[in-house]
Amino acid sequence: MIPYNFEYTRAKTLSDAQAMLAKNPDAKLLAGGQTLIPTMKMRLANPSALIDISKLAELSFIRTEGDTVVIGAATTHGAVAASADVRRMIAALAHMAAHIGDPAVRAVGTMGGSLANNDPAADYPAAVLALNATIKTTEREIAADDFFTGMFSTALDDGEIITQITFRKPMRAGYQKFANPASRYPMAGVFVAQTSDGIRVAVTGAGPGVFRVEAMEAALAKSFTPEAVAEIAVSADNLNSDIHASAEYRAHLVTVMAKRAVEHAVANDGH
Amino acid sequence: MTTVSMTVNGKPVSADIEDRTLLVYFLRENLRLTGTHIGCDTSQCGACMVHVDGRAVKSCSMFAVQAEGAQVTTIEGLAKDGKLHPVQEAFRENHGLQCGFCTPGMIMTAVAAIERHGAMDRDTIRHELEGNICRCTGYHNIVSSIEDASKKMSAA
Repeated sequence: MIPYNFEYTRAKTLSDAQAMLAKNPDAKLLAGGQTLIPTMKMRLANPSALIDISKLAELSFIRTEGDTVVIGAATTHGAVAASADVRRMIAALAHMAAHIGDPAVRAVGTMGGSLANNDPAADYPAAVLALNATIKTTEREIAADDFFTGMFSTALDDGEIITQITFRKPMRAGYQKFANPASRYPMAGVFVAQTSDGIRVAVTGAGPGVFRVEAMEAALAKSFTPEAVAEIAVSADNLNSDIHASAEYRAHLVTVMAKRAVEHAVANDGH
Repeated sequence: MTTVSMTVNGKPVSADIEDRTLLVYFLRENLRLTGTHIGCDTSQCGACMVHVDGRAVKSCSMFAVQAEGAQVTTIEGLAKDGKLHPVQEAFRENHGLQCGFCTPGMIMTAVAAIERHGAMDRDTIRHELEGNICRCTGYHNIVSSIEDASKKMSAA
């Protein structure tokens, strides 16, 4: 499959990328391209220009600052999975990264790209929402609660570029998903986290976008055990239904994955 | 048209191509390196796996211009001086292929995985093979081949 033609430019610096984006509003940023390129091949996306930001060293880093982990937007899933800092501070996030797509996708796919695209079946949005992370852009800082605004849509303005994501070390966290065997996208994935802000349960893959399950959060606040969420069902209304799974099946999976995510969090013992 | 230059299997190559040229088409049609296969063309099957700067990537999901200046290795670049790469040799010894269509991708994935892990157990190998599909379903011997190669290469 061959996409429509476009003009490719490799940005040398972040400000270079911003300037190019300002000049051509029809241009798209290219990071790992593991969603964008297949979409262009299907001719569902037709940007007139691609600005490659994947080689920008200023966007590719993982560092710790006190009890936070700061991850550059162009950091690959493989780098997150392999990072000793991420594994030590937020083991559930490293675990998630190690199970996104497959090794070839993880070698090039980036955290910033995944968040900016906000595919309803992407993994990272669940971690960002459950851990109450902060997304820094070229313009401002955006709280996780304000970032995801619906299917493939975010709070990002035109020309705004994600630069880094800050995660605070949780007291404990776990992630489990039921993956589509071909694409490895979650049909339902649940990230459970206990932080100083409280307990959050974020679901991806099941609905039109990532969402929290307050009933599960309240139950876990009383008792942080798999049994606490075992009987809590989410409504199948508005959940996704496709050839892979019905909305009712996805609703069922949410409860099962939540139970397993709590088990994962407890087994991780602290993080 | 853009002039793209990279090193493929140790040789510098350069060509004028459209920006939309996928790396797999550049390798197959411009360079005539047809060992890299196109299977699903939807980034799921891994038949098009090549190494770009040491990382195994799907060449159907990358534009050739993205590999400007990169070191690319394809299945044709593994054997040295008429001698098969240890992973190729292990696939031969363990009957790690049936129709052979997925084999170049399987081998490129295996070489990169062994570089990262060293000797691997079967569970690790299966996890590393999640991006490669064998339509003959011949996974058992593929896993055995990689297990064998990973142990021999780590011992060497």
